[in-house]
Amino acid sequence: MKVLVPHKRVIDSNLRVRVKADGSGVDLANVKMSMNPFDEIAVEEAIRLKEAGKAEETVAVSIGVKQAQETLRTALAMGADRAILVVVADDVHTDIEPLAVAKILKAVVDEEQPGLVLCGKQAIDNDLNATGQMLSALLGWSQATFASELDINGDSVQVTRDVDGGLQTIDVKMPAVVTVDLRLNEPRYASLPNIMKAKKKPLDEKSAADHGVDVTPRLEVVKTSESAERAAGIKVGSVDELIEKLKETGAL
Amino acid sequence: MAVLLLAEVNDGALAMDATAKAVTAAKALGDVTVLCAGASAADAAAEAGTIDGVAKVLCAEDVGLSHRLAEATADLIVGLAGDYSHIVAPATTYAKNILPRVAALLDVMVLTAVVDADTFERPIYAGNAIQTVKSADATKVVTFRTYTFDAAGTGGSAAVENIAGASNDLSSWVEDKVAESDRPELTSAGVVVSGGRGVGSEEDFALIEKLADKLNAAVGASRAAVDSGFAPNDLQVGQTGKVVAPELYVAVGISGAIQHLAGMKDSKIIVAINKDEEAPIFQVADFGLVADLFDAVPELTEKL
Repeated sequence: MKVLVPHKRVIDSNLRVRVKADGSGVDLANVKMSMNPFDEIAVEEAIRLKEAGKAEETVAVSIGVKQAQETLRTALAMGADRAILVVVADDVHTDIEPLAVAKILKAVVDEEQPGLVLCGKQAIDNDLNATGQMLSALLGWSQATFASELDINGDSVQVTRDVDGGLQTIDVKMPAVVTVDLRLNEPRYASLPNIMKAKKKPLDEKSAADHGVDVTPRLEVVKTSESAERAAGIKVGSVDELIEKLKETGAL
Repeated sequence: MAVLLLAEVNDGALAMDATAKAVTAAKALGDVTVLCAGASAADAAAEAGTIDGVAKVLCAEDVGLSHRLAEATADLIVGLAGDYSHIVAPATTYAKNILPRVAALLDVMVLTAVVDADTFERPIYAGNAIQTVKSADATKVVTFRTYTFDAAGTGGSAAVENIAGASNDLSSWVEDKVAESDRPELTSAGVVVSGGRGVGSEEDFALIEKLADKLNAAVGASRAAVDSGFAPNDLQVGQTGKVVAPELYVAVGISGAIQHLAGMKDSKIIVAINKDEEAPIFQVADFGLVADLFDAVPELTEKL
């Protein structure tokens, strides 16, 4: 079985986000970019499936700007076998909507015929939490979101999902789309020899037009603004004073 | 304009708070029809009919709709979609699982929060920026962050109409494990007490738990505490963990990395206890106490 692992290149999660002065978006020029952390967990899981003999091949995919080559090389250095980059934008500030990404991924899936698509539950930039579900819908496949445990048994996969208030375990028929949550695993760091080896692994480059997908956004971004800044409050001198202040505000 | 609201139904029971808050958000868009779906949904439907502002309730009972599985529920909603301009739900894991699937089947995008019928405001980058978007899609599929809306009252008496169900054999339910803890759930708790690297060990994390129990609070942790093995992953508050916005957030031994602040800075009141007076957490805290947490937390727990 082949596992396809799509990922998004996003601003590094340790960096502070700055909104551009003209309100046209978040400033991403000359900013450190990384693989979306949830997608990194999906890459790790795919590699573990291969190491456990449950998958024969792992294919990393990214859709976005040419610079996503870097995060694809990261996936290859972690252990993915090969990579596909679909270049759909020149400007790093262009965010491709999940619906368009899902349509392109559907075309990639039609070509690659994986038994399982594994991706993060959401990207930490637009926080939409939609691509996996949309891809599953377009393919007419089963879906399991927010996976914190995953077990392949023959032609189905048993997934434990992180849901409000607890866990839900479901059994989904393969082929399936599974989106992963934080608890599934801890991604490995790529070793230096593997980083060197990754440079020689195949990376195919394609365009949206190759797949006949229109990526024109459905949503018009009117503006992007800073969320309200919090002002620093006061320092209290003791536990008693803290309790008193909290009582004054009605928090206790 | 007509709005279809997917109610949160768990094992036949209506999640009243989430649904009533979503009704408040939805009635600004048009006449609200509430959909209750499940193996048994009649009681939930009757209760949904009492929410002020609900014009009609649709009740779909089918064993195929049990356990909130996405495929069948999405098929059901797509079958009803033609009559509505908006398809909405509270932003719970239930709806976040289903609505994007509905949107893709309708060939439309999915959105969060509302300004007016066509303009939407949504937090991006874990709430670090707010994006305002306009949608020209024929059907708007929207989830509401419920904590920004007050629950609609009761006293209504909307009619309940039974409709055909749906089923799908792509997925099947195995089991549910409700969190064993007596503490409230992290993302919906009114009070959250979180511990960071400063707590120092898994054993000492009990200090955080004791304070949380005294406040009837949920327990959270910073990524540093999770990475150090002091607390399990599912307690992580931050950009890659849970995003919380309680009435009161108590950060103990947390320095305040950007990652963490992104997950809690919408809390109404923030208290920080840290021995490092330069810690960035004090820049967002309403009340900061510069103290050794091993003295301050037990004292606070005792005096509350």
